[in-house]
Amino acid sequence: MAVIVGGQTRLLVQGITGYQGAFHTGLMLQAGTKVVAGVTPGKGGTKTHNVPVFDTVDEAVRATGANACCIFVPARFARDAALEAIASRLDPVVIITEGMPVHDAIEVVGYARQQGVRVVGPNGPGVTTPGQCRVGIMPTQLFKPGPVGLVSRSGTLTYEVVAGLTRAGLGQSTAVGLGGDPVVGTSFVEALELFNADPETRAIVLLGEIGGSAEEEAARYIKAHVRKPVVAYIAGRTAPAGKRMGHAGAVISGTEGTADHKIEALETAGVRVATLPSGVAALVKARL
Amino acid sequence: MKLHEYQAKEYFARYGLPVQKGAVIERPEQVATLALRYPVVVKAQVLVGGRGKAGGVKLAATPKEAEARARAILGMDIKGERVTRVLVVEAADIEKEYYLAFVTDRAAGRVAAIASAEGGVEIETVAHTAPEKIARAEADPFLGFPDFQARVVGRRLGFTGALLEEFVKIAATLYRLYWAEDADLAEINPLALVGGHLLCVDAKLVLDDNALYRHANLPANEEMTELEAAAKKHGLSYVELDGDIAVIGNGAGLVMSTLDLLAHFGGRAANFLDVGGGASAEAMQTALGIVQRKPGVRAVFINIFGGITRCDDVARGIVENPPKVPASIRLTGTNEAEGQKILKDAGIAAGLDPDEGARVAVQLARDGAKTRGGR
Repeated sequence: MAVIVGGQTRLLVQGITGYQGAFHTGLMLQAGTKVVAGVTPGKGGTKTHNVPVFDTVDEAVRATGANACCIFVPARFARDAALEAIASRLDPVVIITEGMPVHDAIEVVGYARQQGVRVVGPNGPGVTTPGQCRVGIMPTQLFKPGPVGLVSRSGTLTYEVVAGLTRAGLGQSTAVGLGGDPVVGTSFVEALELFNADPETRAIVLLGEIGGSAEEEAARYIKAHVRKPVVAYIAGRTAPAGKRMGHAGAVISGTEGTADHKIEALETAGVRVATLPSGVAALVKARL
Repeated sequence: MKLHEYQAKEYFARYGLPVQKGAVIERPEQVATLALRYPVVVKAQVLVGGRGKAGGVKLAATPKEAEARARAILGMDIKGERVTRVLVVEAADIEKEYYLAFVTDRAAGRVAAIASAEGGVEIETVAHTAPEKIARAEADPFLGFPDFQARVVGRRLGFTGALLEEFVKIAATLYRLYWAEDADLAEINPLALVGGHLLCVDAKLVLDDNALYRHANLPANEEMTELEAAAKKHGLSYVELDGDIAVIGNGAGLVMSTLDLLAHFGGRAANFLDVGGGASAEAMQTALGIVQRKPGVRAVFINIFGGITRCDDVARGIVENPPKVPASIRLTGTNEAEGQKILKDAGIAAGLDPDEGARVAVQLARDGAKTRGGR
């Protein structure tokens, strides 16, 4: 078993004919993902990597039975693409697009909740279940199947830690990239709930960063509900207040959102927090 | 993007929110040209908080006094920001101060109204000392912020009668502005009771950077330093910091952790720079140029984990524009062997381990400091 995506996933890629969309569709197919359809308005009837392309999600779903969606369209079209996927009840809707306006994300997340659909992202690397399915842009060659569930707000930091886990002989059940924006569809708490209920996940790695209070909420949830070992790393301990560190959501406002506060909350909840990303694998190994 | 008070008040006035009569000036002599009723308040226009405590807000009873105040405040340094403009407004006789703001509530994924009868102070302070004095309401993404919600909040602040309706109108208008202008924060603090009516005495407006493309006639972004603006033009995310080791990495989380790595080994980063996912040789070349323009940079630490980014692309960029100061390079991931070979052929050393790379960078910066000291 795995969380969010797996062997049952029949993926539809929006923006499949674009530079990023086409490139990553190729890699997703290589990783064993069942990419069954693509959508680019105006390009219906064509093919990309031998995957049929449609003008609308509705047509694509009818023709192919797609049940999940990955979005690569430019930021200004991401709202419409996501709403279209949710309206067709594709689940999950994974938004890779960076630079989506926050108010658009609020509408997309609101509509998804109303329709009972899970959104992951925007501005994330997607979700990967090693050996079964890659939805998004995570470099699959770093992964191997195993017992560690990983949830993160950052892409490359995820790859760094996954590579460390794999080197230490620790495979992964699923890696979930939540996205670096202030408003995202899936939170740490929701991902933890999934990993907590997944029998194949025996340990959880949480990679957080400055900004907001999602890590503090995760700490409260872990303390109350999670009995599996959790190891964390928080980036941005030396980041100054008031400056946006690359991710739109990575900013310390006033006294809220500091790394130290998050680390303290996690440690109080019994989570082992690594000082450096390279320290994560050893902490997981010691607790498995 | 953070706006100045006077810019925020221009938005407020356009939407019909009540603000004081006033004008912005850049030279003290301009006070004489203002048709204002005295006394007036002279307010430094800076993006940092705490200008009042720093002496950036002063009352003046006469034009002559106002000119002197403006002269003292213009050119002042407030927390590292030089004052180039002051806002001169007619003074208000404040009877009571309230707080009202709309913010993006990240946890809820919604817009929230936050209000308090304890205005004029930092809302965070109130949240700590008297959380029961804060009223909160969430806007529905599809219904917006109907008047009844504003009325509920207004009642919790103690408003009745005509004043309650005045508050409802202000809250509804502020929400309309917030949503239409793609704001991230719209704050009135204080929302003051003056002569039996409500008045927006201070205004704060932060706009969503990701949504700027869909708005015309935006004021200039004054938040960024010259280098930050130059980097942005090239699509690079750069933040100036105060250490001596320039940093380039790919992915915001990895770069943030790279700054922490340097600190862990006793060094200090001169900047944050994310070349982005799928960084090209060109982006790398530009990034190297930008980080070394900052004065006082003694070493460069390049920390690349190739996922979508290809190590050979990164290596080509480095070879095209090799660092002029000593560099520590960590290059691993997609096409690692090709990337390492390109660097090796050009006589540039690179490693695979981030911790070792950071340690070397810190040492290089230290050696640089010694050499300079010895001259």
